[in-house]
Amino acid sequence: MAKYRLTVNGSEKTVDVDPSTPLLWVLREELKMTGTKYGCGISACGACTVHVDGVATRSCVVPVSLIGKREIVTIEGVASDPVGRAVQDAWVEKDVVQCGYCQSGQVMSAVALLKGTPNPTEKEVDESMGGNLCRCATYVRIREAIASASRQIKGAA
Amino acid sequence: MYASIRLLTTVLVLALFALSISLAAKPDRVNTAAGLAAWDQVYAVLVSPRCINCHTATNYPQQGDDRHRHFANVVRGPEGFGVPGLNCIGCHQESNADSTGVPGGPNWHLAPLSMQWQDVNDRPMSSAAVCRAVTDRSKNEDMDGPALLKHHAEADLVLWAWKPGLRPDGTMRTLPPISHQEFVAATRTWVEAGTPCPKGR
Repeated sequence: MAKYRLTVNGSEKTVDVDPSTPLLWVLREELKMTGTKYGCGISACGACTVHVDGVATRSCVVPVSLIGKREIVTIEGVASDPVGRAVQDAWVEKDVVQCGYCQSGQVMSAVALLKGTPNPTEKEVDESMGGNLCRCATYVRIREAIASASRQIKGAA
Repeated sequence: MYASIRLLTTVLVLALFALSISLAAKPDRVNTAAGLAAWDQVYAVLVSPRCINCHTATNYPQQGDDRHRHFANVVRGPEGFGVPGLNCIGCHQESNADSTGVPGGPNWHLAPLSMQWQDVNDRPMSSAAVCRAVTDRSKNEDMDGPALLKHHAEADLVLWAWKPGLRPDGTMRTLPPISHQEFVAATRTWVEAGTPCPKGR
């Protein structure tokens, strides 16, 4: 076991866990932040996506020992960012969610996409979101919501 | 008498000249042969999975010893670092994550398309073709021989190939066919021979 001081959604948290523990389980089990989901456990589905220093990161495969001082943002904190807020609003507007299990990961990847590429092409959306799977197949509404969020961001700029 | 001395001197000068040409030419041939033999070793490393999996000609990296397409719809992206929602470093950290089986190293990314060592059908290119690409300064980020040697000796992602960490099943990833020390020694011999390339396509 080892102690790690993490910055999660702007707050400092200290956890005492095995160094090999994936960040996902630190968030869910130690910090009780269950918005980030466990899907496949091998970074194949994207349900566990969080931001680490702004990079969309698969928390299920990143041991907590490799996080260092980088800032973590989860689905619980992403709405404090204007792009995060726009994406969540668009998700509601387009009624994207069906079962909802993958959606926190989808939102986190969409926010990373729009922060890097505020006006993405369809190809850029497909490529950036290609690692996030949805068994309910809400892909069409996800694309519509990303386009809507992009328009909102442009309108606000 | 004087004519004999002149003749002898001329013969001696010609003999020395011929000898000097012979001595000068022989080491070159030896160096080139040694350089080409060393290149064979270098090439064997470059086309091994730990290296060539990220020197693709396609829009995606490969993984595994069978060099299959990287899972999770990972794509190259404009600069070889993935795309905003799906960056290489979104999984591949600064070092190997042995507990989860994800390899890592500083600044994990694909080699540029100019440094592709396989064709678009994922077949490794010939030794001659890879050698031409590696030595083409318009393709290799302007590296001359010494810079190539330094790259092979010190670049983080090159070094990673010999410390590739554990697979998700806990077994060790396959290493390149020779040690890093041997790889650097072969590169040095090849560079000192003037980076000769095999003939052919």
